[in-house]
Amino acid sequence: MKRFEVINHTADMGIKAYGKDLAELFTNAAYGMASLITDLEKVSPKDSQDISLEAENVEELLVSWLNEILYFSASKSMLFSKFKVSEIDEKHLRAKISGEKLDTTRHQIETEFKAATYHRLKISKLRGDNSTLPEGILQAEIIFDI
Amino acid sequence: MAEEWHGILEKIDDYRWLLPKKEGMRVPGLIYTNERMLDHIRMDKTIVQVTNVAYLPGIVGKSMAMPDIHWGYGFAIGGVAAMDIASGGVISPGGVGYDINCGVRLLRTNLKEKEVRPKLQDLISALFVEIPSGVGSKGRIKISSQEVMEVLEKGSQWAIKRGYGLSEDALHTEEKGSMEGADATKVSQRALERGRQQLGTLGAGNHFLEIQVVEEIYDEEVAKVFGIFPGQITVMIHTGSRGLGYQICDDYLRVMGNAVRKYNISLPDRQLACAPVDSEEGQDYLKAMRCAANYAWANRQCIMHWTRETFEKVLRVTPKDLGMVLIYDVAHNIAKIEEHLVEGKKRTLCIHRKGATRAFPAGHPDVPKDYDGVGQPVIIPGTMGSNSYVLVGTQRAMQETWGSTCHGAGRVMSRTRALHTVRVQELQRELGDRGIIIQAKGYKTLAEEAPSAYKDVNEVVDVCHNAGISKKVAKMRPIGVIKG
Repeated sequence: MKRFEVINHTADMGIKAYGKDLAELFTNAAYGMASLITDLEKVSPKDSQDISLEAENVEELLVSWLNEILYFSASKSMLFSKFKVSEIDEKHLRAKISGEKLDTTRHQIETEFKAATYHRLKISKLRGDNSTLPEGILQAEIIFDI
Repeated sequence: MAEEWHGILEKIDDYRWLLPKKEGMRVPGLIYTNERMLDHIRMDKTIVQVTNVAYLPGIVGKSMAMPDIHWGYGFAIGGVAAMDIASGGVISPGGVGYDINCGVRLLRTNLKEKEVRPKLQDLISALFVEIPSGVGSKGRIKISSQEVMEVLEKGSQWAIKRGYGLSEDALHTEEKGSMEGADATKVSQRALERGRQQLGTLGAGNHFLEIQVVEEIYDEEVAKVFGIFPGQITVMIHTGSRGLGYQICDDYLRVMGNAVRKYNISLPDRQLACAPVDSEEGQDYLKAMRCAANYAWANRQCIMHWTRETFEKVLRVTPKDLGMVLIYDVAHNIAKIEEHLVEGKKRTLCIHRKGATRAFPAGHPDVPKDYDGVGQPVIIPGTMGSNSYVLVGTQRAMQETWGSTCHGAGRVMSRTRALHTVRVQELQRELGDRGIIIQAKGYKTLAEEAPSAYKDVNEVVDVCHNAGISKKVAKMRPIGVIKG
């Protein structure tokens, strides 16, 4: 099953991420964002960061999750390539993200992501209207400011 | 996703279209454009966003769109909206954006193109070294966490005190580069940390530093007051508040998400999350937003200082001979508390300018003394390889747009499409043939920011000029660009 796809937006960029459950959906959304930032093949997951988040609802939790990754990326000068969600419900998340320090001799940054936005933010269950994906799969739509 | 918009717009004249009020909208919308650009505007969700802003509590006048309007997130980019504070008007971080006080400053010099051309490659290479750019670039300025607080509360004044520039620079900066009412205790540790690392960096995306030549003067009298002459070398710096601004916006969108529930505000899009200006949440955001605004002014001030040093060193000229004077610095992503006339009565409004520039007329108290007779300079950056402009604020802008005008070209092509259609090498060759040298960190940026991905800045500026919401003063063309 495909993990994510890019949505065209005039000024910015967005993704649709897919997953059979919330954990996979959140992992794939993070993976989608990260793979637009740089070539993840070149990012070795040697250093980890634990993440623990709370939000009012599952959509806000998703935005917080993605922005948390962007925050650690910026403040620690790191690129992340591996995302493991260990606990998740509609309002809480625990995860471990892994990656390494940005090394401009090896890593090419493709796009600077300022933030994941709440614009048109939507998590929904596919009802067989997408021929390439099985019914009941979760889909998240996120627009980024870049 | 980019479904076309088929609603009704009423043509007022060749440059104004009214978006009639429908259920839920508190005020009508008003779009400044021309027939041709209107076709583009209809192609995506831009007009839906103009409509959505009209739902916000306390909005007065019209939900306005400048001619460079394009689809953003929450507010459209190129949007202007005023909220009446006494009638419960709101402030929305989404109406400012993540890059708080993204803006432009324009420097003039005593030089002409022939004096710079032989050393242009050296100049661009040196600027590229001296001014950190690109994603994740770290600043050259090492400051303590304590000193960051001072940057946030004092802006350009801090930079000048630390030796990055001259005291007169602040006088030619919107808000004198130091907005009052900034309170660094309202800024999160995370934002402070990001701010500490990135002060004095250009960043990536559409941000740039450009060496330009004045190509045409439209208003000799005003140009003279601004110190602009034909053939003159100018330098334009376009950047903002970097990670500090993004973090403040994200922090307060979360606060506003709760405020929306608390004050029972109903919104068509979550990115419009807001709180009454007169609430604790509203005030806290304003105080933090002003910190980011001050940081951005300090950032552009430091970059300008290194630009001066680099020109002096590479061209071996004295500061006096170089004459690198700040013409003006404008913010184009900001919210301001301003006094305006609403139906003939003076009201205190919260003006959101999201991808829009303040354009105050002659005689306004916020216009620098030496420009008082002509009005505030409005600096409009073009896109890589295209023209940029100096405009001047007008009385008409004061009456119609809360003293606001456009901010740039405005995108028409998505980044992904630009990547598929633009060939970087061809683009570089074409720019090279026109005598433009470009140095960039990422070649992908070059494709994404290609001129063909944008509206024609000349057309955008002509709409503002013909509509009377600012007047053309001078046009510049680029000869050298550095990008992240």
